[in-house]
Amino acid sequence: MTFQFTVSPDFTPDHLSGWYIFNTWLQKAVDLHIHLHIYDDFHQQRDAIQNDKVDLIYANPFDAAMLVREKGFRALARPAGKADEALVCVGESSPVQKVEDLQPGTRLATTDDPDVHLMGMIMLEPANLGKENITMVPCDTYVLVAKELIKGTSDVGIFLQEAYHDLSSIIRRQLRVLVSGQIQLVHHCLMVGPNLHPHRDKLLQALLTMGDDPKGPGVLEALKFPHWEAVDEEEMEFMIDLMDTLNT
Amino acid sequence: MVIHALQDMLPSDVAGAYREYNLTYFDGAQRKVLVVDEEVPYPEGRLIVSRTDPQGIITHANQSFVDMSGFTMDELIGAPHYILRHPDMPPVAFKGLWDTLARGETWQGYVKNLRRDGRYYWVKATAIPNVRNGQVVGYTSVRRKPSRQKIAECEKLYPTLF
Repeated sequence: MTFQFTVSPDFTPDHLSGWYIFNTWLQKAVDLHIHLHIYDDFHQQRDAIQNDKVDLIYANPFDAAMLVREKGFRALARPAGKADEALVCVGESSPVQKVEDLQPGTRLATTDDPDVHLMGMIMLEPANLGKENITMVPCDTYVLVAKELIKGTSDVGIFLQEAYHDLSSIIRRQLRVLVSGQIQLVHHCLMVGPNLHPHRDKLLQALLTMGDDPKGPGVLEALKFPHWEAVDEEEMEFMIDLMDTLNT
Repeated sequence: MVIHALQDMLPSDVAGAYREYNLTYFDGAQRKVLVVDEEVPYPEGRLIVSRTDPQGIITHANQSFVDMSGFTMDELIGAPHYILRHPDMPPVAFKGLWDTLARGETWQGYVKNLRRDGRYYWVKATAIPNVRNGQVVGYTSVRRKPSRQKIAECEKLYPTLF
């Protein structure tokens, strides 16, 4: 049997190559056939989940509740020291100096990255801004968010901090950060679906001892984090509760 | 987890002029609090997160909670969540909170919290019941930065609710 693996489609292409390397390593480490398929957007990925076409997923925390409660997924591990954090930016020449300067009708450049968008929206609340009084400017990538701000066609933008720091210095010099999130509790998680539950312990053991494997450190380097940390069910439930409170 | 007995606040806990109140909480516990009329601004980009057991005793707190409340982590864990109760908050607000949670629903509101040093900070708070296998095993509360407009509305409204 070939198991289906997917990765939350909120990563830049240079990050995605690391997941293909990881999948090759993982198949050898646990002696299972695993096919990595990366969907173009969250909509396509959610359709695949609903149609039970996903057995292993590096999931955006926003989707954790649906995966656990509706589709029977269980948490496996998360990347050590790698929380998802959002950042709110304006163009360098913008008259806006602080979030509270933003007015109803503000044009917001944002991606469909659900947890980052949610955290960014929370950072706009002190200006009494919400989806009801903001003009959304959907962007496919964070580079396009930056271009919106630089061109002045959007007033403010939401970034994943990691993606912001991946922008070239030329682009970043044309932006100004208003707020940088320090939530430290929201993170992606590798999760197994019902078909892989019998292999959960084997998968977890392989992940936790990855650093001891001859090729493991190189794979971790490609993934850009130092090691995996186990996530137990209560930690995952806490994450779901946390996302529920943020989504209110 | 050690459940902490509530300690009265002492003049040495606070700086500057203060008002003194004797608070009686829902469970009959009492505490003398000293209130300093000085706001500590909510920090940008942070969330204050805590969890309690079903009785409202704090079981988890994050660093932002420690930083903003002025209590140490050891002081917070095992303390009742009402250790943050500011006497300017009308009791009816907290009745609404607990009634909502008891129905298994999410509560959201604006809260003026009392710090360990007598000063205060405003939050937009959300609380939800933590349900595991159909049982409420505790509550999670997340606090975020409120807008000044909402704070101004609450400063007008809350004194009328006593």
